[in-house]
Amino acid sequence: MIEIRKIWHYLTRYVDSFLLAGILILMSIGLIVLYSATGGNVTRVSNQAVNILVALVIMWLVANIPLQQILRLAFPMYMLGLILLIGVALFGEINNGARRWLNIGVTRIQPSELMKIAIPLMMAWYFDKYEIALRLRDYLGATILLLLPVLLILRQPDLGTALLIAASGFYVLFLAGLSWRIIVGLVTAAAASLPILWSVMHDYQRQRIMTLFDPTQDPLGAGYHTIQSSIAIGSGGVVGKGWQNGTQTQLDFLPEQSTDFIFAVFSEEFGLIGNTVLLLLYLLVIGRCIAITANASTQFTRLISGSITLTFCTYIFVNIGMVSGILPIVGVPLPLISYGGTSMVTMLLGFGILMSIQTHPKLIKT
Amino acid sequence: MKQHVELRNHPIELYKFRMRLAISAGFVLVLFLLLYARFYYLQIIQQEHYHTLAEANRISIAPLVPYRGLISDRNGRILAQNYSAYTLEVVPSKIQDLEATLNELATIIEITPADRQRFNKLLKESKRFKSLPIRNRLTDVEIATFATNRYRFPGIEIKAQVYRQYPEKEMVSHVIGYISRINDQDLEQLESSGELHNYRGSHHIGKTGIEQSYEKQLHGVTGFEEVETDAAGRSIRVLSRTPPTPGNNLILTLDIGLQEVAEIAFSDRRGALVALDPNNGEVLAFVSKPGYDNNLFIGGIDQENWNLLNNSIDRPLNNRALRGVYPPGSTFKPFMALAALELGKRTPEYSMSDPGYFSLPGVSRRYRDWKPGGHGRVDLHKSLVVSCDTYYYSLANDLGIDNIHNFISQFGLGSKTGIDIEGEASGLLPSSAWKMRQHKQKWYAGDTISVSIGQGYNLTTPLQLAFATMLIANNGKAYLPRLVKQIQNSQTGEVQDIPAKLLYSLNLKPKNLEVVKNALVDVTRPGGTAAKAGTNADYTFAGKTGTSQVIAIKQGERYNEKLINERHRDHAMFIAYAPADDPKIALAILVENTGTGGSTAAPIARQVFDYFLLGKLPEMDLAHLIEPIKDHVHDHL
Repeated sequence: MIEIRKIWHYLTRYVDSFLLAGILILMSIGLIVLYSATGGNVTRVSNQAVNILVALVIMWLVANIPLQQILRLAFPMYMLGLILLIGVALFGEINNGARRWLNIGVTRIQPSELMKIAIPLMMAWYFDKYEIALRLRDYLGATILLLLPVLLILRQPDLGTALLIAASGFYVLFLAGLSWRIIVGLVTAAAASLPILWSVMHDYQRQRIMTLFDPTQDPLGAGYHTIQSSIAIGSGGVVGKGWQNGTQTQLDFLPEQSTDFIFAVFSEEFGLIGNTVLLLLYLLVIGRCIAITANASTQFTRLISGSITLTFCTYIFVNIGMVSGILPIVGVPLPLISYGGTSMVTMLLGFGILMSIQTHPKLIKT
Repeated sequence: MKQHVELRNHPIELYKFRMRLAISAGFVLVLFLLLYARFYYLQIIQQEHYHTLAEANRISIAPLVPYRGLISDRNGRILAQNYSAYTLEVVPSKIQDLEATLNELATIIEITPADRQRFNKLLKESKRFKSLPIRNRLTDVEIATFATNRYRFPGIEIKAQVYRQYPEKEMVSHVIGYISRINDQDLEQLESSGELHNYRGSHHIGKTGIEQSYEKQLHGVTGFEEVETDAAGRSIRVLSRTPPTPGNNLILTLDIGLQEVAEIAFSDRRGALVALDPNNGEVLAFVSKPGYDNNLFIGGIDQENWNLLNNSIDRPLNNRALRGVYPPGSTFKPFMALAALELGKRTPEYSMSDPGYFSLPGVSRRYRDWKPGGHGRVDLHKSLVVSCDTYYYSLANDLGIDNIHNFISQFGLGSKTGIDIEGEASGLLPSSAWKMRQHKQKWYAGDTISVSIGQGYNLTTPLQLAFATMLIANNGKAYLPRLVKQIQNSQTGEVQDIPAKLLYSLNLKPKNLEVVKNALVDVTRPGGTAAKAGTNADYTFAGKTGTSQVIAIKQGERYNEKLINERHRDHAMFIAYAPADDPKIALAILVENTGTGGSTAAPIARQVFDYFLLGKLPEMDLAHLIEPIKDHVHDHL
């Protein structure tokens, strides 16, 4: 009995139970929706369950590493990611116009995925090194650290991932205290550069934005997604059509219903009530993350956990925004719900870092 | 360290950070409220509208699948076509008791246990709302029977389906390839190439051969119609229609008549034949025996047939002409001879005495000629006509492996030719650098000896050999081998020629080429190794026989065909072109496990040439042309 208690203690020592509970509830909802989205395909559901288990183990391992250790990983991880991205640009496999994968003999990897964690770590580490008030050139240095990988990913081309990684870096800059004047300046500059961005965009990217304004333009191609997911959400009404009874889903009107568009399935079958519950659950998890961030003891831990939290929010907003037709379609999964192993692992890795920050003794608290 | 921490955790710093965090949290809250507002708009304000769209009068966008392009040979003979047939389809969600309904259905229309099995498999994989076929290819009587009983079977409907068909079945199956059901891997591929929307409604995709490599041409563009349907999913009326664009037709370079003659000449032996037009690289015949019936794969092959094909010791699914790698044997010698002349290591006049073996200076090991006792005095001409090994052993030693590699690689041996179907093997033309890379060993003089007669590390595909033969026939013009001659727009009938592509030209001295080519003509004349196949030909043809070893024979041991397992017997090889003075066809032939090239492979070439040049059809009884396997014994290294 005592042995079991010991083991239990050992296992849960560095786990934040509030956060874990929130994550588990969301992932369970994900499995239930997936079952319906795949028309009762048990194989896919159990595949996802395996993905979840693997991601949980990784989260647990990361949570057990003290942040000082993780701090040391920041620079090597960033450099590795950068080298791999350059490798992609030079020797990457061209898969019909896009160069995103690198074949390293044993397997193919997508280095931009590694960057999703490496960027916040690296930038938080960078700011942590400065002890006194930050000056403009410190921010410039950080911006260059951020721009290198973002430009490389933009070249692949993978606009969605580049923007998300840029956002995660920007959150570090913002939380580190980047002055408001510069932020306003940046926003103005960004708005001014929109026409230039438009001119360098690839045709498929332009089309996605055009169809946002008029989905009927291309009803079989890009517009089809938006039309069908809006119908699914709208026809769900207040209470939804019931689990496994969404006609849009079951009659296959919805595209990619187990991955990027899984929210439309949920929304059609569980309605506004379901949406409310889901958003509240997400807010609970986000709230806990913000509490962890606010109580973190060093600048490094504060910045890293703040960036991870805000990136998580961004994923939710961008995914639901695109599925409900207020944002263009970029390939972003709904965190903790969409089918797929990679994004699940990346997400839970982030939560592992947050748990480590929360549960390890805060040795140098003042 | 202490000071470091204090400075950083200055209360003002912390306060500033928390302010920023609070602002971020507020921003997130605003974004979530924005989403919530959108939900409110979609699910409360517009709910009626979307409900109508989704439920009452669902407007479905139905894809209209285009007709797949046809494939024909150069003379218009159809090799792949489409036909319409009716299937009986079931929507499981609309049926209360599926088992009972199907049993009742079986009383009026024949449903075999295999049909039921396939249906149950589909049922497990698909959604309840999906329409699934229970019976394919209904007869007219069955259609009529069902139509009169239709009221008894709600949820079961007759649907028209288009099927692919390959009328030639086993013939040219490797070239044409087949289409089959789109699987997850294909879906991924289509998604990443942005073509997925064009495959909405398509069930099949090209998997091998022309069907795979020309998928883009053949598939066409999917059209769509907006259909108003009722709550049960039945269509009420068509609102708008964008017709599909059928795929393009492909006209191949193949001459099916020639292909047929070649396949008949093989009878039931295994092997490959590739015939090219030396004037443009067009593939005239492309044989890999045995073939398989590609019609079996279209609907998804059943387990029994798959096992039969996949486990067969004859490996019918293997495209031997494209992917089979074999030592070229003595068909390698003409290229060695050209190398000797071009690099100035031999003159046509030089001759040597062949005692029946060769030894490297200072080494006792004897490399033996296939003919015990040797061929006597041998010059370059004779070395090709009688296929003397000793001549090439000594030549190899003078040339060295890297000269051999650099010269002969110009003929395309050991690398892909770039033919327009996927999956080509590259084979191997060894070099000292290759051996170091691959085996971490230096190259030995003895290695060169076996390479010189096309054995050792040498590996070529029949396609490569045909390509190399073409280069001799047309004096060094490397045309890209092509299977597709023309692409026809199936709507306008407009035909677009695919022009011949000259990859490069070799700069060979005409005098040297003439020496080798004259010798190759004499190979098919009395005294040559293919004399029998050349008897009474109405045209001159040039060729070279070869024997490709399957198993190594130990030093001093003898190769006795009778004592060796049939599958371990040597392969017969033959390369040839005709007419010798103005070549119109160049080919390479491989016949597995039948011994020497002169006895089994060369007669096939003769029949192919007779048909192609003279229009002569082979006599069905071929026994007089092809020697039965005799108890002939010959030596090997």
